Amino acid sequence: MCDTCGCNITPGNKHLIQANGKLATTESGAAAVDVLTSLLSENDHQAMHNRDHFDKHQVLALNLMSSPGSGKTALLESTIDALKDEFNIAVIEGDLETENDAERIRAKGVTAIQITTGSACHLDAHMVHDALHHLNLAPLDIVFIENVGNLVCPASFDLGHHYNITLLSVTEGDDKPAKYPVMFRATDLMLLSKSDLLAVLDDFDPAKAEHYLRQLANAAPVIPLSAKTGDGLALWIDWLRKQIKQHKHRLASGERITPDIQSDGQHYHSGNHDNKLTPHHHAHDHNHEHVKL
Amino acid sequence: MHELSICQSLLNQVSNLAAEHNASAVENIYLQVGPLSGVEPELLQSVFPFASANTVAEQAKLIISSMPIRVHCRTCSGESEATINRLVCGLCGDWHTELIAGDELLLERVEMRTDH
Repeated sequence: MCDTCGCNITPGNKHLIQANGKLATTESGAAAVDVLTSLLSENDHQAMHNRDHFDKHQVLALNLMSSPGSGKTALLESTIDALKDEFNIAVIEGDLETENDAERIRAKGVTAIQITTGSACHLDAHMVHDALHHLNLAPLDIVFIENVGNLVCPASFDLGHHYNITLLSVTEGDDKPAKYPVMFRATDLMLLSKSDLLAVLDDFDPAKAEHYLRQLANAAPVIPLSAKTGDGLALWIDWLRKQIKQHKHRLASGERITPDIQSDGQHYHSGNHDNKLTPHHHAHDHNHEHVKL
Repeated sequence: MHELSICQSLLNQVSNLAAEHNASAVENIYLQVGPLSGVEPELLQSVFPFASANTVAEQAKLIISSMPIRVHCRTCSGESEATINRLVCGLCGDWHTELIAGDELLLERVEMRTDH
């Protein structure tokens, strides 16, 4: 996706959709304006602004998505146990109702901001921005954004994070990537959670889950793990360590990233075949009250 | 049902355009919504009358088009059509492809009545 306006125009489709942005007149005399902006441009603009905040403080932001009940909060609890002496962590929790998940995270001694979306089935960049007002990013290394449990809607909204992580629990079907291609196509890492149950579930094949992910042209790593027994957790923790380090390194050399799916589009975007994104220029140095709760 | 929030975002953009051009009403809104955009055109159509009520686009027609999914293969450099959950190269079968069309979510064109 284009970093300037959030459009999806690539060399592959630009001959099919060409706008001149000029005012023309239709046969009936109505004024016609060719626009070509993303329907999500308001969200995308806010997302870039959020990412500016994260990047300014060298914080890696990860968007955790999955079905309800696949173990996102349990994974975060084990992750905090493993990393809290090494990194400063905070969590933004998205749920339709209750502060239950945020309380579980706070019990681990980590700051958690709960966003209750009411009836909204996904987080958007504006909600995350509101949450950022309650979070002091300066001392942090990593922010996990636990999205609303839903494999459909969250996939469409850039939150200003850097990577998408999708959990697929082994109690679900191994064909979930084929059923929810928009979500799984965009993932940068697929975690097969509750792997301790594989021993009693003969109908979930991790190799098949990976096959369906590859069919979406996605080369993301796949890690089976269990937050309960700790199996596979070391691989996930290593992945996190590596990403935090790389993120700080990247920012030090002036490089910025957006979630994978967009940098692909960016790569294809006419005239720019460099995966490094040009920083987005707009005034983000306004005085936010970043209060630590 | 994220189509409602997307529809509201669309209407904000359309209302801004209408104000910019001093339009009294919006007649037609053209969108490109690809199969891999994550947005259902039918749902967008069905929420549009509710979202557009009491806006300048109240009477507008929403015209949604879509183009087929196409991929470029990094292995054989070929281009082929693909399906929503099988984005492999149609020529050599490899999965190392890049999407070149099919995830569009674009406001393409707005036609409006100006009384001057």
